[in-house]
Amino acid sequence: MYVAVKGGEQAILNSHKVIAEERRGDPAVPELTLAQVKEQMQLAVDRVMTEGSLYDRDLAALAIKQAQGDLVEAIFLLRAYRTTLTRFGATLPIDTAKMAVRRRISAAYKDLPGGQVLGPSYDYTHRLLDFALAAEEGVGAPQVDMAEEPVDESIPRVTDILNHEGLIEEEVAADDEARVADLTREPMEFPAERDMRLQNLARGDEGFLLALGYSTQRGYGRNHPFAGEIRLGEVAVAFEPEELGFPIEIGEITVSECQMINQFAGSAERPPQFTRGYGLAFGHCERKTMAMALVDRALRARELDETVDYPAQDEEFVLYHSDNVEASGFVQHLKLPHYVDFQSELQLIRSLRRRHDEEQMEAAE
Amino acid sequence: MALTSTPNGTTVDKTTVLSSGARAGIDTADLKPGLADPVHESQTLFRHLLDAMARPGRAVDLETALDAPTPLDPATAAVVLTLCDYDTPLWIDWIADTPPVRSYCRFHCGSALVERPDEAAFALVSDAENMPRLGLFAQGIDQYPDRSATLVVQLPDLEGGPERVLKGPGIATQAVLRAGGLPDWFWNDWRLNAAQFPLGVDIFFTSGRRIVGLPRTVLVEG
Amino acid sequence: MTMRSENGAGVGAPAEGAGLESLPGSGSPPGGVPAEAVQAERQRWMSVLAKAQLSELEQAWDQVEERPAFQWLRPPEIGMVMVRARSGGTGGQFNLGQMTVTRCALRVDSGATGLGYVQGRSKRHAELAAIFDALLQDGGRRAVLDEEVIRPLAAAYDRRRDERSRKANSTKVNFFTLVRGEND
Repeated sequence: MYVAVKGGEQAILNSHKVIAEERRGDPAVPELTLAQVKEQMQLAVDRVMTEGSLYDRDLAALAIKQAQGDLVEAIFLLRAYRTTLTRFGATLPIDTAKMAVRRRISAAYKDLPGGQVLGPSYDYTHRLLDFALAAEEGVGAPQVDMAEEPVDESIPRVTDILNHEGLIEEEVAADDEARVADLTREPMEFPAERDMRLQNLARGDEGFLLALGYSTQRGYGRNHPFAGEIRLGEVAVAFEPEELGFPIEIGEITVSECQMINQFAGSAERPPQFTRGYGLAFGHCERKTMAMALVDRALRARELDETVDYPAQDEEFVLYHSDNVEASGFVQHLKLPHYVDFQSELQLIRSLRRRHDEEQMEAAE
Repeated sequence: MALTSTPNGTTVDKTTVLSSGARAGIDTADLKPGLADPVHESQTLFRHLLDAMARPGRAVDLETALDAPTPLDPATAAVVLTLCDYDTPLWIDWIADTPPVRSYCRFHCGSALVERPDEAAFALVSDAENMPRLGLFAQGIDQYPDRSATLVVQLPDLEGGPERVLKGPGIATQAVLRAGGLPDWFWNDWRLNAAQFPLGVDIFFTSGRRIVGLPRTVLVEG
Repeated sequence: MTMRSENGAGVGAPAEGAGLESLPGSGSPPGGVPAEAVQAERQRWMSVLAKAQLSELEQAWDQVEERPAFQWLRPPEIGMVMVRARSGGTGGQFNLGQMTVTRCALRVDSGATGLGYVQGRSKRHAELAAIFDALLQDGGRRAVLDEEVIRPLAAAYDRRRDERSRKANSTKVNFFTLVRGEND
């Protein structure tokens, strides 16, 4: 039997007012604008777009402001908003080889065609708090040097360089007309193929994937990875509207990409070679793409005839727990009233305790 | 690349389905406009469709001013524009399967047009007398009964046909429907359809600007 | 191509508008030249219009003197597209995530259909892209509009891209090797 309990309405309305006040903070401090979030909290915006699985900087900025900077909450807001929009179709696959590169590094080759372009990165900073940023007058408009020439128009992929020697597995589409799995339209099914896994990982929680990726490096997974190539830049998005019958470019998005190269001793079917793990995300989410690439590789255990011994290789474990909207929903639902459930548990425990006590007494006699 | 999953789980390649010729795009030269205010109009229409399904057998006036391509009635076009989109493969019967109607549905709904009734999430029937038997449409599967087809069946009238008494959820005691222009086998098929609940198709009868909902839960007498 | 006042009677709409037959590369190069050439042109200008900034489009629109009346075939509508990518950059396709897109379609009084498909949620951007798309299908106006609108927009885009790239290139590493531990 369900017993409806009412009376929370006024308390909830007032709670909304309290959260609005908390979000605003001290009114003497100027209110944050969406432009400020979008321009100065870019990496937060990028994470929200990636895990919210919707590329729209303005909406992500709004979600961050609304969620008071709680990115998991902001991701939830963006996912929820997304369900109100009609889908026009799917784009042509983006071509990261034609990326307008702003950062491109390889840990596998020092001298490689196109060179090492560091771009924007915290890697080479000292990780010391910079009090210049705390100064009242701010930082103004920092100036950047400009090279005489732009970055090479088309930079070969490191994996393609290895391909020439035949020492790395090739990535080709077996059947380019094949249906592409879509988690927004169909539930997860196991065994999950790579298209479904990559979609899941792309929108999966960065913290979860980071920990799993780390676990593979510490011995909970058998791979010895190299960051073959990491890229950041802009790619064109082409779409073929039904009414046109030919594709057109409809915009440009920033993506981060990581190609992980992993040692592989070989199997009955394959000679010793390098295998790959792939990471791709909206915006500048380098750490996420690296973790994703490690986990992608670990999840290929079945395909590569490796035994599945560790969490990162277990696709049900990884794919069912990677989504922070689901995870946060299920963890946080525990806050909802469970008054009746709890009463029945209480009765159960009381009767068990009574029996226990009686048995103790009998034993003592 | 333009692939769509159909209700019965098979895969339709839009590019082959659509290519009666080349991937020619849509001829927009004589295209009729769709809803003038798509968001609000389709919300209003959707409310009417819900009402029709919630009160089976009762005619609902869609009050739409839609200028539909021949041979579609305004109500027929309105139901299709409201319910169909990129994710819902649409089957069109042979009378309505004209270039203007195809263009209209592809342009305004973005639906893939499929050749076989069982591949469709929605079916547009303009010639009810010669429509395929109900069992030929997607019936849903036990895990996903929702993966069944919804039929939009345009009729010459909703009053002039033989009287049928309907019962079931949404009907207080009984409802009377006099749909005209249905094939002889229709109500027999409908009994079979209702018997396999939760599977089975749902139907909107349309005529002029009005519709009648016939969800799979409806039982027919007489 | 001449302007016609009756809807649907404009020669431009079916021949150069939406009824284009084949994808680039899929047709035979010598045979179907005109349609393909126009298609390639249209692909180019639609891409430029989509990637332009709204302020630039407004500015360009302010300069247009003969503004056509038009009828909406599809008023501006905000939606999404699913962005696809390939595993490893070259392998099988997967769905990366979605992206907001605004689209619209209109018919100008010459009969040509203009189409706007632009990233983001600006209805005005989609509308201006569609109007320019329709006007550019008018052979009589194309050359002028291309010169005065499309080229400057493309140049502005290229300039932004070049600037970004040159900044990136200032961070390119120039390795040099220090020789040490040499035996005398």
